[in-house]
Amino acid sequence: MSTAAAAEARPRSFRGGVHPDDNKRATDALAIERMPFVDEYVMPLSQHIGAPAKAVVMVGERVVRGMPIAEPGAFISTSLHSPVTGRVKAIELRLHPNGKMMPAIVIETDAYDSQRLPAAEPVDVAALCADEMVALVQQSGLVGLGGAAFPSHVKFKVPDDRCVQAVVVNGCECEPFLTCDHRLMLEQPQGVVRGTKLIMSQVGCERGYIGVELNKRDAIAALRAAAPPEIEIVPLQVKYPQGAEKLLIDAIFKREVPAGGLPLDIEMLVNSVGTTLALSDWLDRGVPLIERVVTVTGPGVAHPRNLLVPLGTPLSAVLEHCGGLVPGAHQVVLGGPMMGMAQKSLGVPVLKGTSGILCLDRTAAAPVREYACIRCGRCAEACPMFLNPTRLAQLARFEHVEELEANSLLNCFECAACSFVCPSHIPLVQWMRVGKGMLRTWKASS
Amino acid sequence: MTKQAPELVISTAPFVREGVTTPRIMREVLLAALLVLVMACWNFGLGALLVVLAAAAGAAGCEWLFTRNQSPNPLLDYSAVTTGVLLGLTLPPAMPLWMAFLGGAAGIGLGKLIWGGLGQNLFNPALVGRAFLQAAFPTVITTWSKPVAGGDLFALPTSLFAAPLMHGAPDGLSAATPLGLAKFEGQVTGLGSLMIGDTSGSLGETSAALLIAIGLWLAARRIFDWRLPVATLASVGILSGLLYLLNSSSYPPPSFMLCSGGLLFGAIFMVTDPVSTPTTPRGAWIFGAGVGALVVLIRLFGGLPEGVMYAILLMNAVTPHINRHTQRRPFGA
Repeated sequence: MSTAAAAEARPRSFRGGVHPDDNKRATDALAIERMPFVDEYVMPLSQHIGAPAKAVVMVGERVVRGMPIAEPGAFISTSLHSPVTGRVKAIELRLHPNGKMMPAIVIETDAYDSQRLPAAEPVDVAALCADEMVALVQQSGLVGLGGAAFPSHVKFKVPDDRCVQAVVVNGCECEPFLTCDHRLMLEQPQGVVRGTKLIMSQVGCERGYIGVELNKRDAIAALRAAAPPEIEIVPLQVKYPQGAEKLLIDAIFKREVPAGGLPLDIEMLVNSVGTTLALSDWLDRGVPLIERVVTVTGPGVAHPRNLLVPLGTPLSAVLEHCGGLVPGAHQVVLGGPMMGMAQKSLGVPVLKGTSGILCLDRTAAAPVREYACIRCGRCAEACPMFLNPTRLAQLARFEHVEELEANSLLNCFECAACSFVCPSHIPLVQWMRVGKGMLRTWKASS
Repeated sequence: MTKQAPELVISTAPFVREGVTTPRIMREVLLAALLVLVMACWNFGLGALLVVLAAAAGAAGCEWLFTRNQSPNPLLDYSAVTTGVLLGLTLPPAMPLWMAFLGGAAGIGLGKLIWGGLGQNLFNPALVGRAFLQAAFPTVITTWSKPVAGGDLFALPTSLFAAPLMHGAPDGLSAATPLGLAKFEGQVTGLGSLMIGDTSGSLGETSAALLIAIGLWLAARRIFDWRLPVATLASVGILSGLLYLLNSSSYPPPSFMLCSGGLLFGAIFMVTDPVSTPTTPRGAWIFGAGVGALVVLIRLFGGLPEGVMYAILLMNAVTPHINRHTQRRPFGA
């Protein structure tokens, strides 16, 4: 394998980006464990991008684990399934991790009933037409499990005038601290490969690529052992945000997805490792998206773990299962440290897009003082979209809305590499969000 | 345990940071400048310390005077003191202290505060201070004392203590700088002397070896963009090398051009000022190349023996244009 050795000597990557400490030691050697069932589950109707799902159960109704409890509210929307066998206790407003009160189905667990999933026959994928497949995937409730939670069936709906030349599976996991995708690749390489093949046959594509950062050599070896020749395992340089799909494509193929466009515009399709695996679980075993792997980690939690958690489990229960927060823990973040969201309450549930529960102590949570911009250019050098973050922040601050668009603000996908490097602690990525809000309002009014 | 949830802090991502901060950048540059000051004291006696202190006091005093109502006070970011120390190191050893103080105040006042403070200025504040002194006291700023090179460190030139508005009597021995000798006498100083720094010149500029070591250290710690000094030095090296190849009897060798005068000091401490230099990598190369070309032009074809200060100030003036024309094409555009 001399070509592979050469590839690893000079691994592929993108331009720009940053090198945060990966902090994965605490959990990368810990096998995925199953989180025990708890008394109550909260399933917000909106845990994906797009229209909220519509409840199809009534308060008081008995539900069985894996049965649909909400149907898609539109094409860009998806279904929800009960994570547990029990009874619908309420359909009411509950605190969502986004900080708002959102409608949710609350399910009380039946402690005396079985939580076994009904057995199902594998779907004969070859017998289905493309639209039937898309509908079938929508029924599974599958979304992008890397964090964005975009409904997966939408991606599989390839317009008639388009084709897919390469199916890419994203195993970068470039966010520091998170190890759930790493463990999945290591523990279920056959499943990842099977899912990749299913996507390839679904979109009629011959070539598959699985991109993995080089801090997961064991996963690369496991996937190589499992993959057929048409699926290439591509080792990538460890650099944040390698896992952004446009940058993954850039790294593997040296091709840029057009600004404002999708990978499909250059005939590619990207899904995360978790999504790929969940797809094979659904098509081969009939298991809808009712649970996901979550990395519970950080200096603020007693026993860091990789847990397979039923959706809707409150954070408090998950943390308790991990020994609780240690004294001095001051911040709980859903997702990774670069793009995650801090939570005020531990009552919020684990959602489809929750890749990690990161518990930080006082040192990390300390507020930092902002200094004047010294125009060092570190943010522009870090920006993987080649933008000038400090200039955009200034334009947003002074509300020069038209210039924001001219300076390609909408290319920003908020990876926060700029804020990470800024020596003056200017909240650059927050200014990008403020600017995008202004741009939306301005466009709506004109 | 989580039964009684602790008070959780809400803030926005990212929750980790690289760790380089603006005050740390300033502190490390300041520390590097203080190492140069130690060398200056060895070469010119403790008067060097007094000149640098006077310039720093002028800079910090001016900053405080105009920002004393701001909280937190900008003095805490160390940038004004750094400017003052760097200015002090570009002055001749016998500079009257009141002039050094005035230069520091002018550098901060005219070079930084009237532009809107840290990050807003077009020109390098330390060099604005020096240009002010050059215009105001052209003779004093080109009077170079003979180095003591570890000799009598406590012999302070009396001109240091000249009363304000007075020049003071020049005392001690004066000596031409290596660049002056090359320009007006046709003598090329040996590389050994230039490396050690036992020559006359501005306080901080004499020891090439020390400056190179400090530059490597700062670059390795990512305190500045390494492209700026590399481009500057490469530009001087290449251009003066070409001239030397053309006519080695009338032009000095590139090694002399690189190691003499204020070039290394300027390349490491002035060209690397983030505020007054381009933000883009391509811009950094252009800026450095421009500085180098102007240095060679002024030194070899201009009326002055040294041109680093004007070269940098002139390139500062075109920095906004360089920035505008070197913005990168957005990804996927």
